[in-house]
Amino acid sequence: MRFSEQFEARFAEMITHYPTKRSVLVPTLLYMQDELGYLSDDAIHEVAQRLDLTDLEVRNVISYYSMLTTKPRGKYNVQVCTNIACMLRGGEELLEHCEKKLGVRHKGTTADGLFSLEEVECIGGCSWAPAVQVNYDFHENLTMEKLDKVLDAYRVRGTH
Amino acid sequence: MADLVSHPDEVKVVSKRFGKGATNLDRYLELDGYKAVQKALGMKPDDIVNEVKNSGLRGRGGAGFSTGMKWSFVPKQAAKPKYVLCNGDESEPGTCKDRLIFEHDPHAVIEGVVIAGIAVGSHTGYIYIRGEYRYLLEIMQKAIADAYARGFLGKNIFGSGYDFDVYWHGGAGAYEVGEESALMESLEGKRGIPRIRPPFPAVVGLWGGPTVINNAETLASVPHIMLGGAEWYANLGPPKNGGTRLFCLSGHLNRPGVYELPMGYNLKKMIYEVGGGIPNGRKLKAVVPGGSSTPVLTADEIDIGMDFDSVAKAGSMLGSGGVVVLDDTTCMVKFALRIMKFYQHESCGWCIPCREGTDWLKKTLTRFHAGGGVKKDIDNIQYLSESMLGRTFCPLGDAAAMPTISIVKKFRREFEDHLEGRPCPFEKQGAVEQLPVLA
Repeated sequence: MRFSEQFEARFAEMITHYPTKRSVLVPTLLYMQDELGYLSDDAIHEVAQRLDLTDLEVRNVISYYSMLTTKPRGKYNVQVCTNIACMLRGGEELLEHCEKKLGVRHKGTTADGLFSLEEVECIGGCSWAPAVQVNYDFHENLTMEKLDKVLDAYRVRGTH
Repeated sequence: MADLVSHPDEVKVVSKRFGKGATNLDRYLELDGYKAVQKALGMKPDDIVNEVKNSGLRGRGGAGFSTGMKWSFVPKQAAKPKYVLCNGDESEPGTCKDRLIFEHDPHAVIEGVVIAGIAVGSHTGYIYIRGEYRYLLEIMQKAIADAYARGFLGKNIFGSGYDFDVYWHGGAGAYEVGEESALMESLEGKRGIPRIRPPFPAVVGLWGGPTVINNAETLASVPHIMLGGAEWYANLGPPKNGGTRLFCLSGHLNRPGVYELPMGYNLKKMIYEVGGGIPNGRKLKAVVPGGSSTPVLTADEIDIGMDFDSVAKAGSMLGSGGVVVLDDTTCMVKFALRIMKFYQHESCGWCIPCREGTDWLKKTLTRFHAGGGVKKDIDNIQYLSESMLGRTFCPLGDAAAMPTISIVKKFRREFEDHLEGRPCPFEKQGAVEQLPVLA
């Protein structure tokens, strides 16, 4: 499989940071997923080969971490926090709003493949709640109107 | 980028460089950066440990264990390499302080890691940052690279003859990995399942070597202690609770935000003055004093100092500094349910009391909140929670049980108000999930 030069350079460097090869596994899986959109069977096999692990050992690790996925997702993964601090400031209402606006529910993807929706646990935006993360970008102190603008901007960016 | 706030009562130690461009190495140097590590290089390791011990610095991740004491448990001679591991897997609901440290002052964390390393005779440190904080991982990657470029890290740091390497490491989404033994498993490329102790990490840690594991805020405090002195730091707070703390104020407040206040600062003042009080003329119902795992305090219980010992005396924990404020429109059953939903989701399933307990409790609370509860459920919730306490490898089981027990005990009346098929009195539309009513 081919990955970007940046990925390969980072991988080559990271593997020198630890006394065991498999220590790079978790961050490597996330960087791989960033490039592929999800962890495909081929990607799992590739990383297993590189780190002298079995495919099953890699899958075993993937299933533990909530950010890792073996299923394709939309281009923009909208992660709405509904944990306590966000719940108190309207996180659940934001999630409901997203469900209506995008027409999908938790872990669903829109037909055009642009958006996925996910209800997530605390993302560390408590003092700026309610908070939403779209891929890695934080959007905080949200209202439904503000979130609409955020999502519209992604739609424009994603369809150009 | 998270917004910064300020209040006149703040005592800025860890947050001293916030908003001052200290991610830039030259700027960090202008702001007394990397002076502490150079001082430490000229000291005997035991003197560094004693300085930190005397400062009264206690773990900012939640447990509140003496940092100097923790360092002193690392054996002087070890067959395997020793490691320093910075825990930046901040995920306790209500907590968002390490995020600001990484965003504004990443070099302070690096400096803390190196000083900890010198103190325990280690030559390698890892800074583990949660996967969701990708932008912070990037800030840290750059900070580490910049420090290497100047010879502050690597071989012969500051020309001292001492070698020290610092590496970054990113997570991929798991609350439990914030627990120290699960953190090590994750860094070794495995599922974040806790290890049994003893042996403690200070003796057998990463790859079997002695390992010091400290929270990011703890490590970022160390350089300030080295420069300001143990006595100065200890005197910022009450006895045995040295220094300041980043309090993350959230929930029903007029001015939520992360504020650095002296240890022992009055909680009532924190809510009504620093946090600006409760919006919309509402009344205070409850406060989570230190992240979702800590027992809630009622409005009558908040005239206390926010330090480890005073909060413990009040029956709760200072925890991770996440102060979540609830007004009188909040349904406590729903609140208990949301907390349990979180712990059920995050339980790794390794220990049966936690895996089964959180799942049963989530189901019971869901049904209860939907109006399908029966009276004996109230005692069952209590009983199930108590049965989890102290019966798991890591504290996740306790973390789920403690707030639940406190909510049932202090707000039993609200549970009773949900009985006999009555819909939640706090919600117009009823429950989160409708489940069948059990006889």
